[in-house]
Amino acid sequence: MSDWTAPTEDEKRVFNGDGDSNATIEVREVDVRLGGVAVLSGVSTSVESGSFVGLVGPNGAGKSTLLRTIAGVLSPSAGSVLIDGVDVHALSSREASKLVAVVPQDTSLSFAFDVRDVVAMGRTPYRGRVRTGDPVGRERVGWALSRTETDHLAERSIADVSGGERQRVVLARALAQDAPVLLLDEPTSSLDINHQLRTLELVSELVGEGKTVVAAIHDLNLAAHYCEEIVVLSGGTVLESGPPEHVLTEGVLEQAFDTRAVVTRHPVTGSTYVTALPDRPEPTRGHVHVIGGGGVASRLLYLLSGAGYEVTVGALNEGDSDLETARSLGLDAVAIEPFSAVDGGARRAVSRLIDRADVTVLADVEVGSGNLVNLDCARESRSLVVIEDRPFGERNYAGVEGRELYDSLRERARVAGEDELLSAVASALGSEREL
Amino acid sequence: MYGEVRVRTSLWSAGLAVLLVFVALVSTGLGPVTIDPHVVAMAVLNALPVPTAVGATRVDLGPLAVPWPTLTTERVFAFEVADSHQTIVTGIRLPRIVLAATVGFALAAAGTVMQGFFRNPMADPSIIGVSSGAAVGAVAFLVAPTVVPFGLGLQLSAFVGATVTAFAVYMIATEDGRTPVATLLLAGIAIQTFLGAVISFLQINAGESLEQVVYWLMGHLHTSTWADVRLSLPVVLVSFALLYAYAEDLNVLLLGEEDARTLGIEVEWTKRILLATASIVTAAAVAVSGVIGFVGLIVPHMMRLLVGPDHRILLPTSALAGAAFLVATDTVARVGPAEVPVGIVTAALGAPFFLYLLRTREVHAVG
Repeated sequence: MSDWTAPTEDEKRVFNGDGDSNATIEVREVDVRLGGVAVLSGVSTSVESGSFVGLVGPNGAGKSTLLRTIAGVLSPSAGSVLIDGVDVHALSSREASKLVAVVPQDTSLSFAFDVRDVVAMGRTPYRGRVRTGDPVGRERVGWALSRTETDHLAERSIADVSGGERQRVVLARALAQDAPVLLLDEPTSSLDINHQLRTLELVSELVGEGKTVVAAIHDLNLAAHYCEEIVVLSGGTVLESGPPEHVLTEGVLEQAFDTRAVVTRHPVTGSTYVTALPDRPEPTRGHVHVIGGGGVASRLLYLLSGAGYEVTVGALNEGDSDLETARSLGLDAVAIEPFSAVDGGARRAVSRLIDRADVTVLADVEVGSGNLVNLDCARESRSLVVIEDRPFGERNYAGVEGRELYDSLRERARVAGEDELLSAVASALGSEREL
Repeated sequence: MYGEVRVRTSLWSAGLAVLLVFVALVSTGLGPVTIDPHVVAMAVLNALPVPTAVGATRVDLGPLAVPWPTLTTERVFAFEVADSHQTIVTGIRLPRIVLAATVGFALAAAGTVMQGFFRNPMADPSIIGVSSGAAVGAVAFLVAPTVVPFGLGLQLSAFVGATVTAFAVYMIATEDGRTPVATLLLAGIAIQTFLGAVISFLQINAGESLEQVVYWLMGHLHTSTWADVRLSLPVVLVSFALLYAYAEDLNVLLLGEEDARTLGIEVEWTKRILLATASIVTAAAVAVSGVIGFVGLIVPHMMRLLVGPDHRILLPTSALAGAAFLVATDTVARVGPAEVPVGIVTAALGAPFFLYLLRTREVHAVG
């Protein structure tokens, strides 16, 4: 396989094997066919040296295939993969393995090698046909064991360690390989939450020390938190790539995963945070209109939507967190300008929704002159549930008018705490059906 | 790690070599005429060529005369041993015992490699049809010597049949430069079945040579000569050295071909080397002894339980244990009231022992 022409500068750098050399990855218009089926088509992406790129996408999107292609295991039918400017598919296995180390998805090691022996297999590319002592290798194996915190397992049989430990052993094997590029295929899939974080923290540290890492990661939030860049694969093509906050949008996720998701910022870490929503069931259970505001209805909206009701909400001011929740859940909402009162147009819209709704729910909302109209509309409701966790007096800013209106509503409504919402709505719906 | 493996390999190999010599000496003493072990040792030493001088001679290559090294050997020992005993030891029993050791060594080594290569505990040296090919070659020679081309003898016919079969199976299973292990296995089974039919057909038409054919097929060592040893031992030793050089690659291949590739193994090339070499080792054994079963299956399992799956230590220890095992079983085969083919003994001893291992220890996967 090796070329007979003189090595280029790039190849020399490869052979010299300086562990953390400048290792950019350049995937150019790669097509890969497996068993006659196009798995990747026209995939192009580039990874900067010393960066951490997450590969996300649904099952069957081609993540593993792309990693295997970058590793040189699969040959593309068109296009090329350059690592540090060298076409990996023109290299021998030995040369390629000095550039790229792989942590595969499933590690079937069902035989009784010691952990240390397994890690030492990472030194294969540096081993000669005639066996000699290898002090450098021994030192690197020791280093890899301690970096992955597996040194206490070194003399144990690989068959006797847990799945999480085994994953770290395979990572250690890849580290012992001393390749500047590290490819990880679902490195955290078999790990508990603690080991997921420890593994990704370690990978981040390695990136900080100059390794270039591409990892297929299932968990979008882990990917968003740890990766500098995300590549979304779908149907064998790159749908989007870039920093997590630009790439992980609701639109992209819906397109890639065919599922609805809410993208927010994580309140603690500040990372992009994705919440996948259950597929909305066919709204057969009935239509519920919710009157909320100021965030008190958000949980109700989640619950009702999740329970399979067709949910509408309003009227709400722009910027109200209830309105954002409704939008992220994909609910119909009546929206009005920020800080303005419910006007005639909005009132008609709310009336229409309440008129259509089987049940109207009045959340534990603060009532002022601006939203009194919502309550007024609720008088026309067919069946009403009032959620009351705080006494109305504490949240009435509309004076006597508010109190009278509220009391008149309360009189004919089912009154329930927030926790009893679903049973209250169900029974309201039941009696409404009976009428 | 590296040092530790080397120490363990040396210790185990030395121990097994001592065992092999011991079994061989005891075996040489046993037979219709019982000979004391010390007499055996003296007779062996009497016959042993010891290098006494290194010299040079001239070899004329056309117009060119080149120096050529020579090694002078002499039989330096002259112990008092009865002539009849000397003949029994060096002329009759020793060639058979050395051949048994060679065949056992070869089959166990090839079995170890095949089990690792196929990652299949039921793999044996003949898995890709080497033995069937050898049998066709040998039976064809016995039934109709005139059809065998190039005037090959029995052993060479068998050897050629074996290597041609292995090569054919390899070619059938190869597509686009890749040879999937599963395809190889199935192609091997198909070819073995086909060759089994050919052998049956030849047997039906064997006529007077049927008894010879049956004896050959059952595995035998009773016709062993020093010529057989000279034919197979060098092939076995050279092939073994090559296999041993690939012991670590075989370890890495156990991880699966894709992992092996990302760890820098030239997978297809390595598979080709291992398969060809293991087939040649097997062919060299089968050609001189017929099909002796179970040695290549059971000895590697036994040694894997004792020394672990690392081929750097497993391969040499299995080979030595296989040698000792076959010498011992062949002794049982020939010492009884009527000599039976050794293949019957290895199967009769090996199968129950294998079942014992299966029930008591873990002979599930490789390792």
